[in-house]
Amino acid sequence: MSVLVFIDTAEGHVKKASLEVLSYGAKVAEQLGTTVEGVVLGTVSEDLAALGKYGVRKIHHVKDGALDHLDAQVYAGVIAQVVNASGASLIIFSNNVDGKAIAPRLSVRLKAGLVSGAVALPDTSNGCVVKKNVFSGKAFANIAVKTEIKIISLSPNAYKIIAGEGTAEVVPFTATVGTPKVKVTSVVKASGEVPLTEAEIVVSAGRGLKGPENWGMVEELAKVLHAALACSRPVADAHWRPHNEHVGQTGIAIAPNLYIAIGISGAIQHLAGVNRSKVIVVINKDPEAPFFKAADYGIVGDAFEIIPKFTEAVKKLKGMV
Amino acid sequence: MKILVCISKSPDTTAKIAFTDNNTKFDANGVQWIINPYDEWFALVRAIELKEADPTTVIHLVTVGGVDVEPIIRKALALGGDEAARVNVDSQDSFYIASQIAEVAKQGAYDIIFTGKETIDYNGSSIGGMVAELLDLPYVALATHFELKGTTAIITREIEGGEEIAEVALPVTVSCQKGMAEARIPNMRGIMAARSKPMKVIEPIAADTLTSIVDFGLPLVKAGVKLVPADHVEELVRLLHEEAKAI
Repeated sequence: MSVLVFIDTAEGHVKKASLEVLSYGAKVAEQLGTTVEGVVLGTVSEDLAALGKYGVRKIHHVKDGALDHLDAQVYAGVIAQVVNASGASLIIFSNNVDGKAIAPRLSVRLKAGLVSGAVALPDTSNGCVVKKNVFSGKAFANIAVKTEIKIISLSPNAYKIIAGEGTAEVVPFTATVGTPKVKVTSVVKASGEVPLTEAEIVVSAGRGLKGPENWGMVEELAKVLHAALACSRPVADAHWRPHNEHVGQTGIAIAPNLYIAIGISGAIQHLAGVNRSKVIVVINKDPEAPFFKAADYGIVGDAFEIIPKFTEAVKKLKGMV
Repeated sequence: MKILVCISKSPDTTAKIAFTDNNTKFDANGVQWIINPYDEWFALVRAIELKEADPTTVIHLVTVGGVDVEPIIRKALALGGDEAARVNVDSQDSFYIASQIAEVAKQGAYDIIFTGKETIDYNGSSIGGMVAELLDLPYVALATHFELKGTTAIITREIEGGEEIAEVALPVTVSCQKGMAEARIPNMRGIMAARSKPMKVIEPIAADTLTSIVDFGLPLVKAGVKLVPADHVEELVRLLHEEAKAI
């Protein structure tokens, strides 16, 4: 009956998304009157016991080095063994890059209904009904899971991390680990930058910036806000910025606390990728830009004048000048 | 080389989203249907590029849906698939749909199965992984590049703040996103040729549904934008700090 949370790691470190699912899992467990356990695969360089402060009491750690890189097939096989051994009836993933690979496989393996991209706690008053975004954030749906074992994958940034007290008991778990067929040969990371999908604040710019040579001031603003950079589709298509910064319906969907859109008109396809942001700021010289309708705060004016002032004001606020 | 590309229909990206029957059904009234962009721009076009590099490659398309999906499949064939199969059933449950696709895939012994990274209506990102598990194949999700070196695929996938490159011996299942290929539009020759390409209609196999949709809803409308004069940028920063508590 317990809740099992998949604690996702990258290069031995626990991802921020994992803290969200641990906090979420603890709340769901409380709702169901049960306990939450965690599972970690591969080598970890952090103190897993400290994750107890997010509510998890027991963590199953499968240390096998074959699990240091993701092969969804191997991962699903190992997690299924932990599910069977722990008797968990609800398994929670982050709907991040790894969760999207593993959860559907585990769903088939365990014949467990999966709701991917949950945005709220499940309604467990009568069965298990989970709210998720559909139509790229233009609507939501309540999905009933009909199977005995259930899987929820939680949208990144949809649930707040709740830290309290406590330590977790870390228990080595011996599993049969398959041979990975996906052989990772290299990992390329943009070092020092905030990953877009994990960022609390995102600064995004569009065609209004006129050319790639003008991104310096956007980068400066992002830096003082400790924000990730993003861009609109025309900007990525024109190769002013790399594709992995493109947010929108066909790019990456994000849900930061604060989304600052500079020189982006706000086409419906762009909004579909950012409409789950909690606070939206729009800076555009066109007062008729559709983005203002979706914004919380706005400035009508010239980005080239506003952005440097914005950066200065943030620096002042943070006592950086 | 045999490639299976999974195609889904989705409402046009500008479609108005509304619901009927007590918010239990999507209101398709007046909605223009398109090929799900991820399936078309990235999965299908990458398959076509692989066929252009090796003309002996065969591309089959599969879709699960009623007769109303046929124009979508014809358009996909106009872009470049060799033949298509439509499993004649409507469903909103990923496991049920994946079971139908896996059955078609089993008959065809494909080297590569491509899906889009998700559909833009239900945003499940589940079909590729489920099909892979049903067929006991390796799976790479959210791929941004796909190259072939003999019978080994070199696949790049998105990870947080970067990319990961892996080698996988075929057969493999891959979900595709931006970076895989550039969108194309069908030309007249393709449209003419598509008319005579085979489209099989297959009846569904028995499969379970693991989930069901209770109802839909629309997000709350924003209260309205608070505009700050352009010469008072520090006021915006104050509001973001004190009122919105966002910085």
